[in-house]
Amino acid sequence: MTYFLWAAIVIVVLTMVALLYRIVKGPTPSDRVVALDTIGVALICLVGLLSVVVDSSFFLEIILLLAILSFVGTIAFSKFIEKGDIITRDDSR
Amino acid sequence: MKINNVILQFTAKIVFFMIFFYAVHIFFAGHYTPGGGFVGGLVTASAIVLLIIAFDLKTVQSILPINYIYLIASGLLLALGTAGIAMFTGKPFFTHFFDYFNLPILGKTSLHTAALFDLGVYLVVVGVTMTIIQTIGEDE
Repeated sequence: MTYFLWAAIVIVVLTMVALLYRIVKGPTPSDRVVALDTIGVALICLVGLLSVVVDSSFFLEIILLLAILSFVGTIAFSKFIEKGDIITRDDSR
Repeated sequence: MKINNVILQFTAKIVFFMIFFYAVHIFFAGHYTPGGGFVGGLVTASAIVLLIIAFDLKTVQSILPINYIYLIASGLLLALGTAGIAMFTGKPFFTHFFDYFNLPILGKTSLHTAALFDLGVYLVVVGVTMTIIQTIGEDE
C-alpha cells in the first residue's frame, strides 16, 4: 500500500514538473494561468496523499484552504487578463 | 464595453458563504486542531476579496457597510480588554479563565477567554487585510 501511495506521489510530482515547463515556456499569459491553476489542483492531491502517508487528519483543512486560495487567485488573474484591472471602483459607469 | 460575467457573479454569491462558514469553522476549531484567529481572518478576507473581484468596490461597500479601520480598533480593544480584565481580579496581566457551562442547545461546553482574544486577532486581521486591499484597489 505504501509503494502504491509513493508511486502516486511521484506521478503527481512529475505532473507538476510538466506544468512547470508549461509555465516557463507558455507563449501567452493564459497558458501560464491555467498551468498555475492546475498546479494548485496537483498540490491539493499531493497534500491529500501525504496526509494518508503520515496518517494524520490535520492536513485536511489545508486542502480546502488551498482550493479556496487557488480559486481566488485564478479568478483575479483571469479578471486582470480580461479587463486590465482586478478591482474596479464602479461597474455601472 | 460592458462585460457580462453572470457565471462569475453567481458563483461568487454561493462560494462566498462556503468560504465564510469555513472561516468560522477554522476560527472555532483553533483550540484543538490547526486554525485559529489568524487563518480564519485571512480566509474571511479572501471571501470578501472574491466578492470585490466578482462585483465592484461600490457594490461590496453597500453589501457590507463596514469601516475596516474601526474593525481594527475594535479588535485591538477586545484583545487588550481580554488581557487586562484579569488585572481587576488581582491576577497578573494576560491570565485566562475557563470553566464548563451548560448551554441550552450545545450542552456541556468549555468556554475560555482565549477565544475572546482570538476574536480580537480575527477582527484585526480582517481589518488590516481589507484596508490594504481596498486602499490599493480604489485609486486609479
